[in-house]
Amino acid sequence: MEKLLSVQGLETEFRSREGVVHAVNGVSLNLDQGETLGIVGESGSGKSVTVMSMLRLIPTPPGKIAAGSACFQGKDLLKMSDEEIRQVRGTHINMVFQDPMTSLNPVLTIGRQVTEPLEKIGVGQREAQEQAVKMLEMVGISNARDHLNSYPHQFSGGMRQRVMIAMALITSPKILVADEPTTALDVTIQAQIIELVRQLRDELGMAMIWITHDLGIIAELADRVAVMYGGLIVEEAAVEELFANPRHPYTIGLLGSLPRLDSAGNRRLTAIDGLPPVLLQKPQACPFAPRCTYVQERCFKENPLLAEVKAGHRTACWVNPLPGKDVL
Amino acid sequence: MNPDQPILQVKNLAKYFPIRKGIILQRTSGYVHAVDDISFDMRRGETLGLVGESGCGKSTAGRTIIQLYRPTSGNVIFEGTDLTGVSGSALRQTRRKIQMIFQDPYASLDPRMTVGQIIAEPMLIHHTHQGEQAKRRVQELLDMVGLATNYANRYPHEFSGGQRQRIGIARALALDPSLIICDEPISALDVSIQAQVVNLLEDLQRRMNLTYLFIAHDLSMVRHISNRVAVMYLGHIVELAARDELYENPLHPYTQALLSAVPIPDPKVRGKRQRIILEGDVPSPIHPPSGCPFRTRCRLAKDICAQVRPENREIRPEHYAACHLV
Repeated sequence: MEKLLSVQGLETEFRSREGVVHAVNGVSLNLDQGETLGIVGESGSGKSVTVMSMLRLIPTPPGKIAAGSACFQGKDLLKMSDEEIRQVRGTHINMVFQDPMTSLNPVLTIGRQVTEPLEKIGVGQREAQEQAVKMLEMVGISNARDHLNSYPHQFSGGMRQRVMIAMALITSPKILVADEPTTALDVTIQAQIIELVRQLRDELGMAMIWITHDLGIIAELADRVAVMYGGLIVEEAAVEELFANPRHPYTIGLLGSLPRLDSAGNRRLTAIDGLPPVLLQKPQACPFAPRCTYVQERCFKENPLLAEVKAGHRTACWVNPLPGKDVL
Repeated sequence: MNPDQPILQVKNLAKYFPIRKGIILQRTSGYVHAVDDISFDMRRGETLGLVGESGCGKSTAGRTIIQLYRPTSGNVIFEGTDLTGVSGSALRQTRRKIQMIFQDPYASLDPRMTVGQIIAEPMLIHHTHQGEQAKRRVQELLDMVGLATNYANRYPHEFSGGQRQRIGIARALALDPSLIICDEPISALDVSIQAQVVNLLEDLQRRMNLTYLFIAHDLSMVRHISNRVAVMYLGHIVELAARDELYENPLHPYTQALLSAVPIPDPKVRGKRQRIILEGDVPSPIHPPSGCPFRTRCRLAKDICAQVRPENREIRPEHYAACHLV
């Protein structure tokens, strides 16, 4: 069956004063109809750059997509004309960004901004307004009709993120890409937004890519998870499988370093020593090797490719330790 | 000194910031009630977690305790001395024993000073160490926080966020304090680095018998590191209890909602937890609601909640909550 979205061998680099930064180094991922893919990783792991490249939102220069393809319903987004990609972005694949304070235009009314994607595809103004009211009510903004003439500064952070979501969903996209949409919000507001997105996803049957550094949110929302490190996907599995049987040492370390709200905290956290890599060279060896507790000689010489350890569970590791058994 | 006596007593502490209007003839048109009548004790050697969402006053509380902000009213009694009653050199002398670790490791270190100068500065100000002695002490402190001793000659920009936070910790330890106010010390760090810093703080506490006031919004981390936890909302402490008691039997409706909102990194509990989704946003601290500060978002609110401010009452042994309905 054809995948809704299929990214193959994506590589993105940025020119900087210190040299070329290899932000994404060969990422491949698939997304099925109606599926939610979570991408986790720390700052600089390449998770945002991956989706931004896929949607051609990377500023070029300094950025450059060096290799790869990203096929949406069989057509390569990376080869489309500017006009075509704009059509896809506003209608079929929409994005919600991290910072609700700066992603809205402060001098345009909420109504103007929410209806814009519809007007771009030829919906009449009156009809667009009606749909905007419906959409704003759907995301939980009361008195939506009165708020059409409000400006973003009159809204709180949580409300603005709701407006962003309304804007992203108004064209009934096939895919919603969310880049840390709740990181700037408080937990109680985050819970509101996650609940809302979950409901809307189930109602509208869209697929989602949800980028975050918070494994808690992944556990709540995702069907499948890709873990990124050093510009590569190092592990990918169904969400239950990943949390129950993590096999990449980085994932194992990440899960061990998290305190749990629902258990007493007498356990010492297992910190991952060292620092994330500086990507001034394309990795020739495993990027995690210098911090890895299971490291072997081979890890410093060859970069492991993603390979299946079990049906639907892939890792990029020469060792694939079983935590608890292969202790150093 | 009596070891059973609290190291720090905070009594009815309040901090209001004036809102000024006009350019030349400034009039005060109102106040931001950042911290409003909070009281608690801290025991020697414990970690008290202070949690709440942004704008609840937790950082202001920390800064008012250490007298970076002078309080509007109330008392802060540290090892028997009321800090609100002293100033100038007397305050400086007392405050030596209280240090602070800040949230932003990029803004809290002077970029023009070397790491050695940053860590030595408190010692020079307080004349505890000089010259060679100070140098040796800096190396000792670097070693204590897990940094190489030759880093003393480098500048902050050469270090990552986690390493900078270690430098900030070394500076806080320079005067051999007994109480450290940790103001969101790990929120700016990546997940894998957070655990490194938390483990370091725990090791240092054990070695030096430190007392921590740990201010944070990450409820999972606060459960991990604290002995007792206080929950703040809109300038008030609404609940205070021993860690496991608070997380397992939260009494205040706000604490219950807050805890239920935290995502748990385990897909097996998905859909099985009871979620209390709060409606709306936190009210403005300029015009806080009458009575209970939480009543505008509380699903249980009754008439009395709008009329009378609930006092913190001991509802179970050592478990305090400010709610009429528990």
